[in-house]
Amino acid sequence: MKDKKKILAGLAVFIAAITFPFWYNMGKAAPAPEVELTAKAKAAKVCVMPTAYMKANHMQLLDVWRHNVVRNGERAFVNAEGQLFNMSLSNTCLDCHSNKAQFCDRCHNYASVRPYCWDCHIDNPKGE
Amino acid sequence: MNNSRRRFLQIAGVSALGLGAKPVLDAFAAGEDEGLGFHVARGEDALDAKQWAMVIDTRKLLTTEDLEPIIEACNKIHNIPTAIENKNHEIKWIWETHYHNAFTDKTNNFLNEEVEAQPFLLLCNHCENPPCVRACPTQATFKNDNGIVMMDFHRCIGCRFCMAACPFGARSFNFRDPRPFIRETNKEFPTRSKGVVEKCNFCAERLAVGQMPACVEASNGALAFGDLYDEHSEVRELLKENYTIRRKQTLGTEPSVYYIV
Amino acid sequence: MLELAVKGNKWYWGWVVVLLGVIGAGFGLYLVQLKFGLGITGMSRDVSWGFYIANFTYLVGVAAGGVMVVLPYYLHDYKAYGKITILGEFLAIAAIVMCLLFILVDLGQPMRALNVLLYPTPNSVLFYDAIVLNGYLFLNLVIGWNVLEAERNGVHYQSWLKPLIYISIPWAVSIHTVTAYLYCGLPGRHFWLTAVLAPRFLASAFAAGPALLILLCLFIRRFTNFDPGRQQIQTLAKTVAYAICINVFFFLCEVFVAFYSQIPGHTTHLKYLFVGLHGHGALVPWMWGSMILMAIGIVLTVTPATRKNETSLAIACIVIIMGTWIDKGLGMISGGFVPNPMHEVNEYIPTMPEIGITLGVYAMGALVLTVLYKMAVGVKQEVHG
Repeated sequence: MKDKKKILAGLAVFIAAITFPFWYNMGKAAPAPEVELTAKAKAAKVCVMPTAYMKANHMQLLDVWRHNVVRNGERAFVNAEGQLFNMSLSNTCLDCHSNKAQFCDRCHNYASVRPYCWDCHIDNPKGE
Repeated sequence: MNNSRRRFLQIAGVSALGLGAKPVLDAFAAGEDEGLGFHVARGEDALDAKQWAMVIDTRKLLTTEDLEPIIEACNKIHNIPTAIENKNHEIKWIWETHYHNAFTDKTNNFLNEEVEAQPFLLLCNHCENPPCVRACPTQATFKNDNGIVMMDFHRCIGCRFCMAACPFGARSFNFRDPRPFIRETNKEFPTRSKGVVEKCNFCAERLAVGQMPACVEASNGALAFGDLYDEHSEVRELLKENYTIRRKQTLGTEPSVYYIV
Repeated sequence: MLELAVKGNKWYWGWVVVLLGVIGAGFGLYLVQLKFGLGITGMSRDVSWGFYIANFTYLVGVAAGGVMVVLPYYLHDYKAYGKITILGEFLAIAAIVMCLLFILVDLGQPMRALNVLLYPTPNSVLFYDAIVLNGYLFLNLVIGWNVLEAERNGVHYQSWLKPLIYISIPWAVSIHTVTAYLYCGLPGRHFWLTAVLAPRFLASAFAAGPALLILLCLFIRRFTNFDPGRQQIQTLAKTVAYAICINVFFFLCEVFVAFYSQIPGHTTHLKYLFVGLHGHGALVPWMWGSMILMAIGIVLTVTPATRKNETSLAIACIVIIMGTWIDKGLGMISGGFVPNPMHEVNEYIPTMPEIGITLGVYAMGALVLTVLYKMAVGVKQEVHG
């Protein structure tokens, strides 16, 4: 093919550039963050749903909550253990996890997740 | 050479579609939250109605001072950004105005002096046949089971078609972030963000826990609230005994806010 | 075929660079709007739609105007138009691209725009507007591209295009009808609540679209080797003449209904536009200007002598475009919102950032048009020498 040298050179540059994040950060992975529980959260032992589920699916649960509260007017959440909660991000979740900066933000910042929930929902209902 | 390159691309395209099918199907299949053992329900204290309605006894609200606590109650608990100075960007859920602005189709040239001077409360009428709900392309504004015209701020794309559709000028748009303009934040209720439309919600969050709307509570009996289709409700009693008017009723939107004049 | 658009002289590339500059500036201003909110525009609680939607409405008309070339050629075998259907279709594409961009920049939460598709709402006219506009864009892209490519290769276009072409004709009418339906079904806006709004929109579209097409044809004849043809331009001019007459006639019908019935709901909006209301009259000179411009346009296009003279015809097209833009853009939107449902008067004037973003969108449309027309003209020159 014509320009074989230019093509191969360009291809090499492209591959190097596109894989840059991988080889540049090799061996330098930042450790997963530690999150802190408040005293209230520790005392409760488990969240509204089992911990493993919450770790993986809290956003899906929040989607279920917001759909049911806003669109169906249903505010009561009863989990498999029969415990009753009010479906509210600021008034239930942040009631126990009032230390957003040491709890929610730790993992979110690490994973570069920027939920826009806090544009509207109060993130310090206890004034912390 | 040409043919086989075309063939290669065709096969590649079909394979990509095939490989892409599984994750897409997985995403749609993941609707099995109910298998996790939880369920949701209305709260026990929740108040229900076929159509919530309001009767405003304007004979009891003669001056701006009478209206102040009513308007302030709503503004406070709903984090209304009252400090916005630019009138173009103001947010108002319930406010006051003169008779000929409130009832544009019922004005007289020679109005009695009292009514001429009197301020009137305006708010969303939670129409039974709401044109704003008809207009909304995403159902971000919708009529709930209790007849309240609700806003889903998560879904609103800010197209403002509902604002054009409302014949009563009841809706406000967040032209900027409202938070710096909220005088005192009520931490139990969210604020809104820029780019969404908002309006009175008949305090749906209070009705859900057995409380009357804030404006009704603050009105000292001037505002009555109840189920329009419950013959024994306070609003029906008032409607039976008093002559009432509504705003622009000829448009057929069937407003649920009545005014005793 | 796109390779035809990257070969040009210094004027061509200079023009493209200027457009890219305006697009860049508009985009920068849009980033400011994304950060701050729509408050940087002149829109208000009372006039909640402004310059963006005004230009959107106007450009849907321009896009629909392309059907005035397609219909005579494909339905009635008016062979002369065969030369320029591609120009009409490509103009429609550029116009629709601008329409979609104007909607996007007008949204308060543009990142949620796909909610319109995720939550289909058959009772909302906006839902149908999204469908017909994108459908029309798709139709014109597929039809225009394939017909042009077939012309370049000296063959007849594929037979499966024929049904698409036939569909595109009522579809063009539908895009502007649906856009008019956004306005004319709203019970609280008496200025818009008229059955004649959709016909008026179409009449205005069939004047503005072909008028712009005439100007573009004259430009192409002047600066390239492709001559769209004198006969084609003359037939377009006759279309413009009829359409602008009908547009003004429909408007005068509105004036009659309002002022003979004397119903305030109808008269106040026209009064605001043409003589001012409660001391507010920012649009008065514009509306009278628009009427005068359209009247001049009527005279110049209806009179055979001035229509046949291509210089006076060009002037006619310019004044018609200006007149219809003011009428449908500024007049329609402000007229509908002012006075507000409480009969208060709050005027609307676009701000500089708003105009800057608008110019950025127009530049984007101009760039799309430039590239597509360069391609089309390139093919014509290749085939016809």
